[in-house]
Amino acid sequence: MGIFKKRSVSDLGEKKKDMPEGLWVKCPSCNESLFQEALAKNLRVCTNCGYHFTISSAERIESIVDTGSFVEMDADLDSVDALGFKGYLDKVKAYQKKTGLMEAVVTGRATIESCPALLAIMDFRFLGASMGSVVGEKITRAIEAATAERKAVIVFSASGGARMHEGILSLMQMAKTSGALARHAAAQLPYISVLTHPTTGGVTASFATLGDIIIAEPKCMIGFAGPRVVKETTHADLPPGFQTAEFMLQHGLVDQIVERKDMRSTLGALLKYMTPCGRTQAA
Amino acid sequence: MKQVLEFEKPIVKLQEELEELRRKHAQKPTEKLATQVAGMEGRLADLQKEVYTNLIPWQRVQISRHISRPFMLDYIRLCCEDFVELHGDRHIGDDNAMPAGFATWGGRRVVVVGHQKGRDTKENLLRNFGSAHPEGYRKALRLMRLAEKFQLPIVTLIDTPGAFPGIGAEERNIAEAIAFNLKEMMLLKTPIVAVVIGEGGSGGALGIGIADRVLMMENAYYSVISPEGCAAILWKHREHAPEAAQALKLSAQDLTGLGIVDGIVPEPLGGAHHDHETAAASLKAAVSQALADLENLPVDKLLDQRYEKFRGMGKMA
Ligand SMILES: [Zn+2]
Repeated sequence: MGIFKKRSVSDLGEKKKDMPEGLWVKCPSCNESLFQEALAKNLRVCTNCGYHFTISSAERIESIVDTGSFVEMDADLDSVDALGFKGYLDKVKAYQKKTGLMEAVVTGRATIESCPALLAIMDFRFLGASMGSVVGEKITRAIEAATAERKAVIVFSASGGARMHEGILSLMQMAKTSGALARHAAAQLPYISVLTHPTTGGVTASFATLGDIIIAEPKCMIGFAGPRVVKETTHADLPPGFQTAEFMLQHGLVDQIVERKDMRSTLGALLKYMTPCGRTQAA
Repeated sequence: MKQVLEFEKPIVKLQEELEELRRKHAQKPTEKLATQVAGMEGRLADLQKEVYTNLIPWQRVQISRHISRPFMLDYIRLCCEDFVELHGDRHIGDDNAMPAGFATWGGRRVVVVGHQKGRDTKENLLRNFGSAHPEGYRKALRLMRLAEKFQLPIVTLIDTPGAFPGIGAEERNIAEAIAFNLKEMMLLKTPIVAVVIGEGGSGGALGIGIADRVLMMENAYYSVISPEGCAAILWKHREHAPEAAQALKLSAQDLTGLGIVDGIVPEPLGGAHHDHETAAASLKAAVSQALADLENLPVDKLLDQRYEKFRGMGKMA
């Protein structure tokens, strides 16, 4: 890290003005200035303190699947303005342009350490990865495909919750995804849920907390209600570490906290116990 | 304490004037007074009809929250016989925001669960304003499993501003309690009828809302977020709640159009709080009809239909 520190702060400021993307980024946890390229190489984990930055769905997929094994499904599903909600579609279009994504989740088939699985990766950069009809539908289709093909399903969650602009239809995506998981579970097939920063609201209250195994990235926020709402409702001081992965591990929601660099091997190890792919022929 | 909603004030004023006239007429009857009374009765009826048949969504939200509106236990008293309340989630405690038990509904033995609000401070302390903790959702599932075991249909009565956003609720994984109900209710091998009787507040409502028939009282609302919450985000101020209520399409009428709600349970003119007995009779009949429609369906067909019902929700291109 030492070499990066030699850049002066004013230099950094000017660079930021010139390039909106920025060559440098400040770690919100330790305040260290990090070289973007080095950060990307380190799976967007602070090389100084281990803080896990938000990662794009593409980077996430690359970091966990066997190289070249990912085949996306339902890439073209697009949101519609079912409620006539003012400004909604403009917002969606703006995020599509900004992120290059159609929606807040990417789904598909892949292998992880040679075990096949259906994947759904939420991308927090897209409208806070809020769940509307398309997000719910894509996740449901991935689960249903996993059930039909007798494969595992793995969902990486990150979400601000249900998408207000689709009203009740967003709420019902909780029912839809959970229903698909009910059938998947009844077929005795595995589901691994990975919680990343932040997993909140309707996503937490549906598929995210229904995993046979629930993994969380270090220090990620996991909760139903936002901490401010909790504070305002209860007029109480929040306990230290409230709604963090570590707090939820302590309170029994989370099986394991897994660093990003270990995610692929952890998923591989779990899949080998939970699916036939790791089983050697009985003698 | 009588709660008068803003838009009902002209009606109440006219009612008071009418009372005054009637009093005068009773004391000293004259033909003139009799004509005035009759005229005012006509005007009152017209005004009531005009106001109550043109309710905007925000007004319905206000009615759904009315302090005198029948609550879950009122409906149980008025619709059911032989209610046997059962308590506790068997792990942490009992949640009085979510009463549950056996009941006989129009001759049918059922398990009933629902949210219960309070009318005064003491009741609200007990009922937590109808906002359940994880224990409520887990108790509900425990009893719904009893229903499945003893082949009793399930009736859920939804009336909550939302699941409780408290420290203990988060510590005991309220989100998981709701999610688990969504998953388990989808496969319960017994008919389920859910009715939004007042407030259908987001995940807290849905947590007992997976059903073969989803009904709504005429003035209930069902929404992903409260109008105030939506207004605070979109308009940066809660006072825009009326616009938010409109935009969210949260009324029984709108939700029927969106294919979310299977039937609207009519309320007496002006809302259920004006006449508990009529509202309850209406609810009793609607639920009995839904139970009758479902009771002879083979279980595999019932479950397929339940799955497909929620599977089909959502709009996209
Ligand atoms: Zn750092």
